[in-house]
Amino acid sequence: MKLVKAIIKPFKLDEVKEALFEIGVQGMTVTEVKGFGRQKGHTEIYRGSEYTVDFLPKVMLDIAVSDELVPKIIEAIRSSAKTGKIGDGKIFVLPIENAVRIRTDEQGDSAI
Amino acid sequence: MRSSLPVLLLLLAFGAGSAFAQDSSAVLTGIPAQPASYAEFMAGPDAAMFTVNNLWILIATALVFIMHLGFATIESGLTQSRNTVNILFKNVYVVCMGVMVYAFWGFNAMYPGAGGWTINNVFAFGGPIANSFSGPEIVTHMTSAYGHPFTYWTNFIFQAMFAATASTIVAGAVAERIKLDSFMVYAFLLSMFIYPLAGSWGWGGGWLNGTMQSMFGHAFHDFAGSTFVHAFGGWASLAAVMILGPRTGKFAADGRVRPILGHSMPLVAIGGFLLFFGWFGFNGGSVMSADPQMVSRVIVTTTLSGFCGGLVSAFVSWKVLNKPDLSMSLNGMLAGLVGITAGADVTGVWAACAIGAIAGALVVFAVMFFDKVKIDDPVGAISVHGVCGLWGTLAVGIFGDGSFVVQLIGVGSVSLFAFASSYALFYLVKVTMGVRVSKEEENSGLDVGEHGQEAYPDFQLSGPNL
Repeated sequence: MKLVKAIIKPFKLDEVKEALFEIGVQGMTVTEVKGFGRQKGHTEIYRGSEYTVDFLPKVMLDIAVSDELVPKIIEAIRSSAKTGKIGDGKIFVLPIENAVRIRTDEQGDSAI
Repeated sequence: MRSSLPVLLLLLAFGAGSAFAQDSSAVLTGIPAQPASYAEFMAGPDAAMFTVNNLWILIATALVFIMHLGFATIESGLTQSRNTVNILFKNVYVVCMGVMVYAFWGFNAMYPGAGGWTINNVFAFGGPIANSFSGPEIVTHMTSAYGHPFTYWTNFIFQAMFAATASTIVAGAVAERIKLDSFMVYAFLLSMFIYPLAGSWGWGGGWLNGTMQSMFGHAFHDFAGSTFVHAFGGWASLAAVMILGPRTGKFAADGRVRPILGHSMPLVAIGGFLLFFGWFGFNGGSVMSADPQMVSRVIVTTTLSGFCGGLVSAFVSWKVLNKPDLSMSLNGMLAGLVGITAGADVTGVWAACAIGAIAGALVVFAVMFFDKVKIDDPVGAISVHGVCGLWGTLAVGIFGDGSFVVQLIGVGSVSLFAFASSYALFYLVKVTMGVRVSKEEENSGLDVGEHGQEAYPDFQLSGPNL
């Protein structure tokens, strides 16, 4: 089992979700987050004073999947979230030790 | 009698227009013979117009009341979400307290009448308004025999709705760091004693009337309060902010401005539009009758000036800051309204546009200027009300038929008096009660610190304010 964590541009969320549904992903958790990478921030103006916004709004998806789905998921996210401009985001893959479905007490792969 | 009434109303409107719209000591000529009873008056030919006039001033009163919601929303929107309950609470308190102290003291201190001065034309003791009227008093207070085209009650409540405004203006400027109980004491003393005293000099028939008239041949002209309400509130705010100091973190150690963002631009827009809506009553009602030509003229000059101010500040901010700034445009609308408030009855339509346009430009530079000199005014109250109140009053001497010198003396003396008395009052509160909340409370918000409440308890905070 793997946890795929993808940080993407917020307006790409719907496209990414559709792409993941198409390859059979059954669930995900979405969080609004803020951060920056090489893109860094930008300047805004409030009542005559400039200030820099370092942390830009992003959306983070957490998707738990069985190992064999990981390459397909990465490809689905990469192709649907890509704009080609700086700030498109990152995908991380982490191992999962165990998973439990609370309702049925199923464990491991059958729980996800 | 029927044929003389329109003449009387015209006299009233022009008399008000050329001197002081809100001057209750205006001497009326041609008052109809005193009716024997209220019933006889109401059955007579003057009752219909009296009712119309009275009704318009009461509608205007309600419009001025809704400006307090405008202040509440614009101030909430321009400050952080963790101080929203505190801002709203202060606005509730100020309008309730303001009208009560005006009933208890202010109305009679501001309008002492010819024989009511303690120090002639400078100071008058106040006192409670009448409790009720009976017998012949009803005729002298509830019919045209009162000397106005409306009743005593109407006169009081319209003026009372204005009275709370000065403290509301201060409430915005000192937002996000002032101790609640200290503000309440300060606002109480300012509304009860200081505002009516300054108002009495002009609208109450004081020295800005007669003395100026005999010295310069012109009385001071402030139609609906560029000076007595707005400049007064604006410069009183400046004194309070100077003692209080800026919000923590507003100015970096190297002097850079670090803006503290308002939490809701929709609330700011609602507030700006509500204030504009209320201004139809603020200026329209200050005609002090429903005289068609005067009310319509005042509402046209008021509206065009406000819109010109909004347009100009939008374009000035676009040019100067490279982006069209929403909150500056809304401030510009209000700046135009504040600017025209002194001369809405004596300036032409195009002069009104010019006054609004200049006010709209002024407000953008004033906001930037006060930031530069480290006067932290979260809502731009000093710029909108102080600077543009000053400008609008002087504009009567430029575009209207007033005297520039008299206008300068009037707005200068009221502004200085507002600043000095506010400074003294606020300093007194500072040494006795303290004026600032602790740094910890400022960081975690006055909503929980002062009220133990949150404005948005259902919101999940997604982290510190980034």
